[in-house]
Amino acid sequence: MKHARVACFGAIHEATLADGKLKLSDGRLVDEKEVTWLPPVEPGTIFALGLNYADHASEISFKAPEEPLVFLKGPNTLVGHDGETRRPRDVEMMHYECELAVVIGKKARNVRREDAYDYVSGYTVANDYAIRNYLENYYRPNLAVKNRDTLTPIGPWFVDKDDISDPMNLKLYTYVNGELKQEGCTKDMVFDIPFLIEYLSSFMTLNENDIILTGTPKGTVNVVEGDEVVVEIEGIGALKNTIVGDEVFVR
Amino acid sequence: MMYHAKARFSSTTGLEDIYIGQSHVEWKGEKLTEDAFSWQSPVVGTVYGTLLNFQEQVDALKEDFHKAPYNKPPERPVLYIKPRNTINAHLKEVAIPKEAEMVEVNGTLGVVIGKTATHVKEEDALDYVEGYTIVNDVSIPHRSFYRPAIKQKARDGFCPIGPWIVLKENVPDPDNIMIWTFKNDELIQVNSTKDLVRSIPRLIQDISEYMTLAKGDLLLVGIPHDPPTAKAGDTIRIEIDHIGSLENRFVYENVRVAGGEKV
Repeated sequence: MKHARVACFGAIHEATLADGKLKLSDGRLVDEKEVTWLPPVEPGTIFALGLNYADHASEISFKAPEEPLVFLKGPNTLVGHDGETRRPRDVEMMHYECELAVVIGKKARNVRREDAYDYVSGYTVANDYAIRNYLENYYRPNLAVKNRDTLTPIGPWFVDKDDISDPMNLKLYTYVNGELKQEGCTKDMVFDIPFLIEYLSSFMTLNENDIILTGTPKGTVNVVEGDEVVVEIEGIGALKNTIVGDEVFVR
Repeated sequence: MMYHAKARFSSTTGLEDIYIGQSHVEWKGEKLTEDAFSWQSPVVGTVYGTLLNFQEQVDALKEDFHKAPYNKPPERPVLYIKPRNTINAHLKEVAIPKEAEMVEVNGTLGVVIGKTATHVKEEDALDYVEGYTIVNDVSIPHRSFYRPAIKQKARDGFCPIGPWIVLKENVPDPDNIMIWTFKNDELIQVNSTKDLVRSIPRLIQDISEYMTLAKGDLLLVGIPHDPPTAKAGDTIRIEIDHIGSLENRFVYENVRVAGGEKV
């Protein structure tokens, strides 16, 4: 089943997809266009992977790493489907990253990879934007590149694990203003989902609603103010976002 | 002299008002010793740490800044996140992972955010502060700061916080207070927040320029150069002027069973 968190009728609601409409938990049916979409999961720890597709690593002049390159994000950076992301006016290179997001379903510590999916509750789609002008070589990718307010759209749907028969074989697409710019497949991940869960849980406890953004394939290009960016993963959803400039924030 | 603070206990939900005296803590009119409480972290928001914000740490790396992989000195605050599994509390044990002989103990001041801080100016920054607490940012020693140190810094229990939040009115000059670290009652390190590269208001300005700090979030002002280490059996106590002292014993990691809950 596909689940969402939305704001409408003066409150925040949980909803599911039913015949092309959103069915709120109180039974009301509402059109997808009439709600404000929130991140579909209230996040715990947010993990993200750098250089987890070999083709993207070579695109930005890196060898794929021998150990997962993990960084963390704060809740400030998330926005829901159909939201806006700020592009500061002094930057030259801001790119999207279409990523499969894995949601942890229960406490996990020292999990073996063959058991890893027992600890997954489902999946969503994230756009892990990066502003490359702010890269510095300290704890890279540093928070100024990856953890800015509005920089990580996520959603629209949280999809139950059982609805996705093979999460390691899903097509990913990014469209900018309707034009296909990025295309890949989760089978090309350097470290797959079971490996990542085994790896992380080998040294720390994962908890319910922790989220792992699993990295992006090649095809990341600059986006500018006014661009409409859609990242889509087969069977999970299409997440839309619009780039806005500093004047929206009165800067 | 008693001073007002806020704390969280296992038996309560929100923050409780307490009054700190010389040898006791007063809660709901009752005077008790510290060990009578089951302390929880007084902070439940996101914990952001700052690297390279003590002048001595910056001076020690000055030459490295111009070599690979760094190539140039940092321009912005170097931040990291201590995720929720790391949060620990006063008088609780810290487990040293099996593969580590010892850990670094980074005694530091934690600034508790009091209201949503977005794009805040330095001169207004303290308006967004609720108070201060003590933090021991525990870490597996690592020499390179090139990649995020998740494996070194994000271990379970690696961030004792507390015992309480002292409201800012009781800390007259947070940019000039001493941090004392004791190992088994012996003083082993002294730092002062007057040696911060970016003062607390400046840090809040430079971070909130791009990242909203929410009410209840915690900002660690910096970690010391050449931090002391702890082994299983050691007790580390961090004292900060006007705030109190945070004490934790270090133990060997328990044997854990694959798949989840500690048994």
